[in-house]
Amino acid sequence: MNALSQNRRGKLSGTPRNTSSLREVSQFVARTRRDFLRDAAGVALGSTLLRSSWARAAALPSRKKVVIVTFGGGARDQETFALEGQENIPHLMREFIPQATFFTQVVNRGILGHYVATASLATGVYETFNNFAAVAPQSPTVFEYFRKDLKRPSSDAWVVAPSNGFNRIGESSHRSYGAGLGARVILPKRLLTAATSGRRNDYQHLLRDNYETPYFAPELAGSEFELQQLEMILKLSVDDFKNHAQTLSSPDELSLYIARQLMRQVAPSLLWITMHDIDIAHAGAFSLYIDGIRRTDRLCSDLWKTIQSEPEYAGKTTLFILPDFGRDSDEDAGGNGFQHHRTGDALSRTTWMLVAGPGIREGVVFDRAVDSTDLVPTLGSMLGFVPSLAQGKPINELL
Amino acid sequence: MLPRDLKPGQFTGYPPEARKIVTNYLATLQQLPLSFVPSLLRELIDYDFKFPAERMAREKELARLSSLSGEELKTWFEGFAQIRLSPQLEEFDWIKAPAQFVERLSAHLWSTHQLDAFRKASNDYADRLRSAVPPERPSIPRLGIAVIGQGVALYDQPLFRRLRAHGAYFSGIKPENGMRQLLDAVAARAKAHPDPYAHWYIDGGEELDHAASLTCVSYKSLEPARAVLLHKMQSEIDRPGMGPEALRTLLAQMRPADLGMDRETTGKPRDEVLERFEVSLLTEGSGTQIFSTSFAQWAAREALRRAQSLTLLVRFAPRQRQKPMNELLSWAPARQEFDFIGSLVDADMGAYYNWLNQQRLPGAEQSSFLVWFEGHNQALAIGPSIPRGTESTSPADLEQVLAWTV
Repeated sequence: MNALSQNRRGKLSGTPRNTSSLREVSQFVARTRRDFLRDAAGVALGSTLLRSSWARAAALPSRKKVVIVTFGGGARDQETFALEGQENIPHLMREFIPQATFFTQVVNRGILGHYVATASLATGVYETFNNFAAVAPQSPTVFEYFRKDLKRPSSDAWVVAPSNGFNRIGESSHRSYGAGLGARVILPKRLLTAATSGRRNDYQHLLRDNYETPYFAPELAGSEFELQQLEMILKLSVDDFKNHAQTLSSPDELSLYIARQLMRQVAPSLLWITMHDIDIAHAGAFSLYIDGIRRTDRLCSDLWKTIQSEPEYAGKTTLFILPDFGRDSDEDAGGNGFQHHRTGDALSRTTWMLVAGPGIREGVVFDRAVDSTDLVPTLGSMLGFVPSLAQGKPINELL
Repeated sequence: MLPRDLKPGQFTGYPPEARKIVTNYLATLQQLPLSFVPSLLRELIDYDFKFPAERMAREKELARLSSLSGEELKTWFEGFAQIRLSPQLEEFDWIKAPAQFVERLSAHLWSTHQLDAFRKASNDYADRLRSAVPPERPSIPRLGIAVIGQGVALYDQPLFRRLRAHGAYFSGIKPENGMRQLLDAVAARAKAHPDPYAHWYIDGGEELDHAASLTCVSYKSLEPARAVLLHKMQSEIDRPGMGPEALRTLLAQMRPADLGMDRETTGKPRDEVLERFEVSLLTEGSGTQIFSTSFAQWAAREALRRAQSLTLLVRFAPRQRQKPMNELLSWAPARQEFDFIGSLVDADMGAYYNWLNQQRLPGAEQSSFLVWFEGHNQALAIGPSIPRGTESTSPADLEQVLAWTV
């Protein structure tokens, strides 16, 4: 047997995970998540609770805002919504689930690399570029549709992203969109590098670009947020920024800090925050992976509290939380369990999405299959723009 | 370049044994699709440095393929033949650099949405091969042992949670002399069944005194090699134009001498098979250069997968503490610190993965497994004679538990 054929050695359990199609496995995972949620949070199955459109329209605020959070860079059921994993996500379970609509089966059919997968979420098209290249998405991003169709200024769409590799995510290379129509991008770790120039060796591993190829940082090219804008836009002095950074324990905490500052000072209508701490899993230390999940769970709660307390956001903001994808299952011998997302197996492709905010049904679970590329068309229907080149479909349960 | 154009002279750069086996089966290789052949060559190019179990598996695989008719080969490789490759891949020098080709093929499969088709083709092939050439049964039932929690004085959370349903939990273990009992037990198996690379002792820290008949790999002994590797990687990264693919290629080409690994200076006989294995742990493993727990788990996985060990004792050791951001920004003098509890959690999961990986090998139904919280009274045993999901509070030492288990 050669190295290509390792996967089937992993047939250990009675689950359909190795032996069935992606669709069957995704459905199995979805049912399992739904059962866990029903047991844990008393939520209802959504298919019987579809609401008429006039009722929702009556609940909508006049000027909506949307915040999208990608949950940390891949987390599995076992460590999150499965029974044994729920201890790691107390905020999602106790605070969010009762007041959110939860989709148990979000399937990513694209490339499972963080930058390209996040770009696919943001374009509604499965992008196919090299995950580690500093290139723009080929298809228009949600930010471009939003700004062009609704004639919004550049200050109204922002991305806060963990690594230098994400600096091109705000704007595509598409000839009908692209230059000048995208979101502004803040890379907090990049800011920290600039703010602490000359001391890089002391905290090199904090600033590494990603955990999958920890020794690679692509050259920056694009309209990244510059240090001097820290003071102009976020009203933060470099010293304040540095001092506050020293009180935080992780890059994602830094991202949330920047996002909050942005919400207070600029209040963009479309804000995309990419978390990444969980991806420490690539280093193979299970305890650090779990720490990352618990921290991300807490940060999501902190963000939600900020949304509810900031006048510009309270009562008119819809929050989407979803991982970009999962991680490899323990059963697939081609991988190494939680450590990576390289096998492309069904569990690494199947994940979840949680949506909360005004007009969103509370405590409801839908277990039909939703595609990762459905996010952008859904945002389009919510906010009133037309993502004409996106592949997915609007998620009617949210409209 | 397509497989049908293969000629013996193209393999002069291969080591002698690899060249021999490739040329012996060249007529077969010529009939296989390009989406498959480089993956096979990636294994064969290092044939001289493979473990006996790997060599035997490869020989049987090739012998079986060569016995198939042209029509049968078409059927076996139908899925692979349907994979669409790019001209760039066809032009790549995959004979000389099959591993790099496979990396590029992987990227191509992802970007062209052919990964699922490739997985199916691989699985179908594996099923056919397993059916035609059943895997070699172990000469004795396998035994895996994991020792976790070194240095942890107190831990009040439940351990072995993923394994408890499969075996018996012991809470009355007498920990005195536990490591010595385990090392003696694995040494006795090595003495009774002295197959090469069949009995392993992997230590995530500094290796303890052990029988010479055990194949031993330790994190401590590789410390100089890890330092050289990290330095080389950093230097390469700082070079203009260096990207992850180029870095991976560079790592894949590293040999023991590049990392200053010379076992003769440590008084051990030269063993290039083992040295190359150790290099691969550091260059192919993720996190193995930084965290001892990742190293121990990955080394165990690879020893099982590649050497198909009959006996595997893995002792996890504390890994260095991951410093939070605020500490990193305080610029305090660097000081090596250990994360004892985090390492225990890592190792608890690592032990579960060791068992999973052992169960993937032939003879799983007869295999046994023991995990022990080092220095404490908790252990868990799995084996054909051990009742599942049970608990015992009776006092026992590890020697007794092993006697009940194996």
